[in-house]
Amino acid sequence: MVKVEFLGPIARSPLYLEAKNLKEVAQELNKDPQIKKWLSECAVAVNDEIVKSLDVELKEGDRISLLPPVCGG
Amino acid sequence: MVELYPGELEVEKIFNRWLKWGEDKNYGAYITFVGIVRAEDGIEALSFDVYEPILKKWFKEWEDRAKKERCVIKMAHSKGNVPIHTSSYVAAVFCPHRKKALELIEKFVEDFKANAPIWKYDVKNGERIYAKERSQPIEGSGLLALDKTSQ
Repeated sequence: MVKVEFLGPIARSPLYLEAKNLKEVAQELNKDPQIKKWLSECAVAVNDEIVKSLDVELKEGDRISLLPPVCGG
Repeated sequence: MVELYPGELEVEKIFNRWLKWGEDKNYGAYITFVGIVRAEDGIEALSFDVYEPILKKWFKEWEDRAKKERCVIKMAHSKGNVPIHTSSYVAAVFCPHRKKALELIEKFVEDFKANAPIWKYDVKNGERIYAKERSQPIEGSGLLALDKTSQ
């Protein structure tokens, strides 16, 4: 089981999924229209490290975070 | 270290503390930046969400980058509501010489805007409204949008 967190304005409770890699997470998240609309603009972190590729293997307890567009300052 | 405070920043206190910290370290330049909440579009305040674990990592990379130039970067940011005409963000660099300091503060502030995991909301009539049109996707965004990738 992995945990998917939605940061900032996405305002969703975390999801828990069975997924072996990020591609499977992507497939699952694309099924929910409310989440899907954010995906094209979100960066992704696995255990608080930003990742740039879907070829990331996941293990039990991993945390995936979705980071929507930012504006600090 | 990133300093985070609830509400508006006490800018003078922070800058004086940093100045004091640097005074015996032989830096030739101390350059500061202050972000102030402007009154526009009828807002009462801005409000901020901060994701600390990634912010700290992002900042650590800048600390390391500054260190290679024999400089030090400092920053403080607000969490929650920050009323108009007060400050939500301050940053500073200490460097041996001004040229490097000016260059570094500019690069740092620009990268902060683009990649620091902080979300901004306008506050109108007590309601928080995500400032989406002023926000920018972090580098590498869109990874999970399968429609856009070749499958």
